Order: sequence, then structure tokens, then C-alpha cells
Amino acid sequence: MESIDVLMLCPMISYLEQELQRRYNVLKLWTAPEKSQFIKDHSATIRAIVGDGGHGADAEMIEALPRLEILSSNSVGVDKIDLEKCREKGIRVTYTPDVLTDEVADLAIGLILAVLRRLCASDRYVRSGKWKKGDFKLTTKFTGKTVGIIGLGRIGMAIAKRAEAFNCPICYFSRTEKPDTKYKYYPSVLELASNCQILVVACSLTAETRHIVNREVMNALGPKGVLINIGRGPHVDEPELVSALVEGRLGGAGLDVYEHEPEVPEELFSLENVVLLPHVGTATVETRKAMADLVVGNLEAHFSNKPLLTPLV
Amino acid sequence: MASDQATTPPPPPLPEIQSHDLSQVIVLHPPPVFNYFKDLFSKKFHLLKAWESPLPLHEFLTNHAHSAQAMLCSGTGPSISADIIRLLPSLRLVATTSAGLNHIDLTECRNRGISIANAGEVFSEDVADLAVGLLIDVFRKVSASDRYVRHGLWATKGDYPLGSKLGGKRIGIVGLGSIGFQVAKRLEAFGCNISYNSRKRKDFVSYPFYTNVCELAANSDVLIICCGLTEQTRHMINREVLLALGKEGVIVNIGRGAIIHEKELVQCLVQGEIGGAGLDVFENEPDVPKELFELDNVVLAPHMAVFTTESFKDLCDLMIGNLEAFFSKKPLLSPVMNE
Repeated sequence: MESIDVLMLCPMISYLEQELQRRYNVLKLWTAPEKSQFIKDHSATIRAIVGDGGHGADAEMIEALPRLEILSSNSVGVDKIDLEKCREKGIRVTYTPDVLTDEVADLAIGLILAVLRRLCASDRYVRSGKWKKGDFKLTTKFTGKTVGIIGLGRIGMAIAKRAEAFNCPICYFSRTEKPDTKYKYYPSVLELASNCQILVVACSLTAETRHIVNREVMNALGPKGVLINIGRGPHVDEPELVSALVEGRLGGAGLDVYEHEPEVPEELFSLENVVLLPHVGTATVETRKAMADLVVGNLEAHFSNKPLLTPLV
Repeated sequence: MASDQATTPPPPPLPEIQSHDLSQVIVLHPPPVFNYFKDLFSKKFHLLKAWESPLPLHEFLTNHAHSAQAMLCSGTGPSISADIIRLLPSLRLVATTSAGLNHIDLTECRNRGISIANAGEVFSEDVADLAVGLLIDVFRKVSASDRYVRHGLWATKGDYPLGSKLGGKRIGIVGLGSIGFQVAKRLEAFGCNISYNSRKRKDFVSYPFYTNVCELAANSDVLIICCGLTEQTRHMINREVLLALGKEGVIVNIGRGAIIHEKELVQCLVQGEIGGAGLDVFENEPDVPKELFELDNVVLAPHMAVFTTESFKDLCDLMIGNLEAFFSKKPLLSPVMNE
């Protein structure tokens, strides 16, 4: 059987690399000394791309690959893929919904608890020997606080379900009001932020949602409010976030994503009301394997003319 | 004489509630809640503050606390031993700001007919929240990867090692009281499976019940210690239990340090016999075994599970309420029942 050329955009867990290499001829873009030349050299044979949340295909790359049939993304976020271009050219796009929903929702709650109860700051307090000199300060209770969710999709709903177990009233903003939920809907993010104590970003990144959390929203959330971002860095105006936190206009933040990963604003390092994670929303052995299986499964389905497992386009 | 009239005598003091009009409450050592709300107590009660006296404790009690009927204590400070109780002939109530009772000689109180009031369920939610927070932190390496980012390592060394999925894990709760139940309720929403060990089976839950903690450990991925410290539970979690929990197993302790055999826990962690730990309590607080500082799979907290502004205010209201009820011969708000 002819070997199929698959362009891999970035390193991924070795399990995925191995499973792809067993089935296809994998071309590793990140090993190329000059990326656009590499793509040119293989443009006649590349039939599939494997990318992830941080690495997709823009119009230029798609145009450069006339034999491209499918893009299988190792992520649920697809903001780095020119979906319109793919639609135009009949290129299929698959992603990895559902298998990572719980993982991301678990982390959102973990971030809320870490910020409100100062888990990271107090762990540092113990490790530095400060506990010998006195007790840690009082922190803020999570149970019963109002949680506002931006985006009530799979991940937003999973976060709501967990927060309900802590007796938290739930409210949300979404593109459209969801008829079959009991949660309170607000028609704007600003109103949502004015009516909750913990604001969680759980929507997808599009042109409309870029900087959806801006200075005004952060001021509305206020000096006792906490922002949790498990979406994408560009959802939040990062320089405004830094000044809101440094000036105390925002009470705290739990961040898993940033505008220019892996760069994280250093002004945040000294703030104990901030928790900083290195984009680990889906980062467990179990979930990364499940995602990898979907990536490979979708490619296998495509190349054997079977229905795709999780198509987006 | 003329010179006498030049200085008028000072006016009599304004009538005010003199502290000796208020009911006496003996306090050996300030409970943590005094750091924030002492005035609320001293406005309503005449506090006999043993720690402020230069006299040794026994002398202070003998000379000044003879008629004190009520005591306010906490888990910190001297234990309320039989010796101390015997120096307080009028004592009829011990109110402790803790949920735990291990610092009080319960037998002596029972024999003398002294009532006990504790923190009841006022902290249960906050303690349960912390247990869940510590568990997620260990599984998902929250504190460890926050450290990683703050040291600038994400940009230079790349992604942090993968964590572990919490959903679907088997949680073994040791002690299904008020706190244990709140922990279980929360973790169910994460898709975890709950089992427990307790002194008695609880009829109001359908979780599988294990009669011994070793069997619970063998059938669990996580143990969460939510029980009180008694003679039976001291060092209950020992090497045998930890080995049964296994190399991927995680233990969270929000009960009392001495429920776990600390030396054996440290050894198991250092040798990789268990997967990780989230600890809010230790055998000799504030001392924490230094070996734990080297480990990234351990999250350490300074006995702060009840230290929220909300819990402290609720606790203050509850303690004052208990004392007021006692002095007006009404039922206590959070009495500890003899079991």
C-alpha cells in the first residue's frame, strides 16, 4: 500500500508520534531548517496535516498544499485553523471534543480553589519556613459564591455541574440563550461580570470573542472578583489584566492560557492572588492518549473512506 | 481652704457596664478567632485571660477562676486535661472553637457533668473545599507547575510533565461525618466513585462501606482523611495502609496529623511507594518533615482548612451564641453529644 505523507506541525506526546509513524510517512515540520522550503519540497505529496491548539494551518499553508485532504487537530480549540479556507477547498477538519471536557472543567475548579484558598501561596509559605513564625492569613470561601461562565458549551456546562456541587449559583453569557438550562442568562459579558464573584472564560476563540474580557469587564468584576481563564489567552486583554491585578481593581486570577505562550507577564510572579499554569487544561496521561486516539482514528477513517469520528468541517 | 477649691474633684465615671458585671469565661490561650474578633467576645463576656497573667497557669486558675462556669478554648494552647478541669470547681461548659475534641479530656468532662460545645458544622464546607482543592492540586500538579512558571521554566524547558485524570478515580473517605459527606458530594460531581470507612455504617448514603481502612485503601485510588483523632485513629494510616493504597495512590489529610504515621508516610513518599499527598495537618505543627520539601508530588498547607473570613465570622457568631445560651440556661447551639 502506498505510504501517505502526513505533515506534523509540532512535537506531540510520543504515543501519538509512534501511532502516526506506524501508519503513515510522517514529515516533522519543526525539524526543518527552513519551514516554507520544507513545505514546498513536499507539497506534491502531503495529504494530511496533524496540528494542535497552538499550531494550525492558515490560508497560505493551505494554498501551498494542493493535495491536502484533511487536517486532524489534536485539540478542541481550532482558532489557529482557517476554517473558511478549508470549507472553500473541501478539506476536512477534525478535532477532539468530549474526551477532554472533564479534564478542563476539573482544572477550572482546581484554579478557583487555588486562587480563593491561596493553595500555591500557602504551599510556598510552608516550604519557605514561614509557618514557624505564624499562621497564614484568612482566605475566601468558595462554597456558595456566584460563578459566571462565558460560553455554556460542553466545557462550560461541565464547570457549572461541578460548581453546583459547591452550592454555587450559576449564571452565564452565551451567543444565544440556552432554553433548557436553569442557569441565569445575562445578555452581555459586562452584566455577567457585574453579577458574579468568579468569572470563568469557557468559550471558543473567534473574531467576536477576542478580548471579550476587557478593562470594563474586569472593573465590573471588581476588587473581590476572580477571573479564571481556561479558554485562550486572547480572550483576555492581557496588559489590562496585569494592571487591574497590580492596582487591585481585580481581586485575583487563575490563568492557564496567555496571549503569547509560553511568555507570562512577569509582573504577575509576585502576586499571591494569581495562579499561573503552563497551558495544562488537557495535560493528563489519560486525556492526551484519548485525544491522540481520536487524531489517529479520524485519519484512519478518512483514508479508508469511512465516516469521520469527530469532524468539524 | 482656698487652695482646695482651686482643684475640683474629677467627675464620677460615666455609668458603663463594668467587666465584672458580665459572665466570666476562662480562656487559657487565645483561640485564632481572637485575632480577628476578640472585641465581639470581650464586649459580652468578662474574659479571664490566663495567658496574659505572669502567674503560672495553675496559680492563676486557683486564684482567679474559682467561679468561672464557662471556658472558651481551641485546638491550640494547653490541652484541657483532667488536672486543669479539677482546678475549675464551677466549670459547667467547655466551648471549643474547633470541630476536633482531641485536646479535651472527654472522660473527665463526662464524669463531672461538664457540657461541651464545638464548632459543629460551621466549617464543614470550607474544610471539604480545601480537601478537594488539595486533591486536584496533587493530581493536576497545580502548585508544582505554578512554581515552574514563576521560575521562568516554561519558556526555557518546555511543557511541564503530564498530570493524572481525576474523573473515574475511586475515592476512599476515612470518616464519613459532616466533613466527609461534603467531600463525597463534591467529588461525585467530578465523576469519582466514593467508598468509605467509618466507625459505623451510615444509612443515609449508598456508598460502599468497608469495615477496615486497609481494605478501603486496597480498593481506592485516593484516601481522604476526614475523621477525628482518637486513641483508635492515632497512626491508623501506617505503612501497611499506604502500601495497600499503592504506587499511584494519593492521600489527602484534613483531619489531624497524628492519624497518619508521619515517618512512614514520608518514607513511602520518598521511596515512591505512593503517588502523592496533599497535607493540611502534621504531627508536630508547625514543623513539617524537610524531606517533603524536595517532592513535587506533595502539596503542603499550614493547617488552614477553616481559615476563611466567612468561617471565622460564622464561628464567632456560633461561639458567642453558645455562651449566651449557656448563661441564659437555654439549649446550646452546637453541643457535642456523648457517644
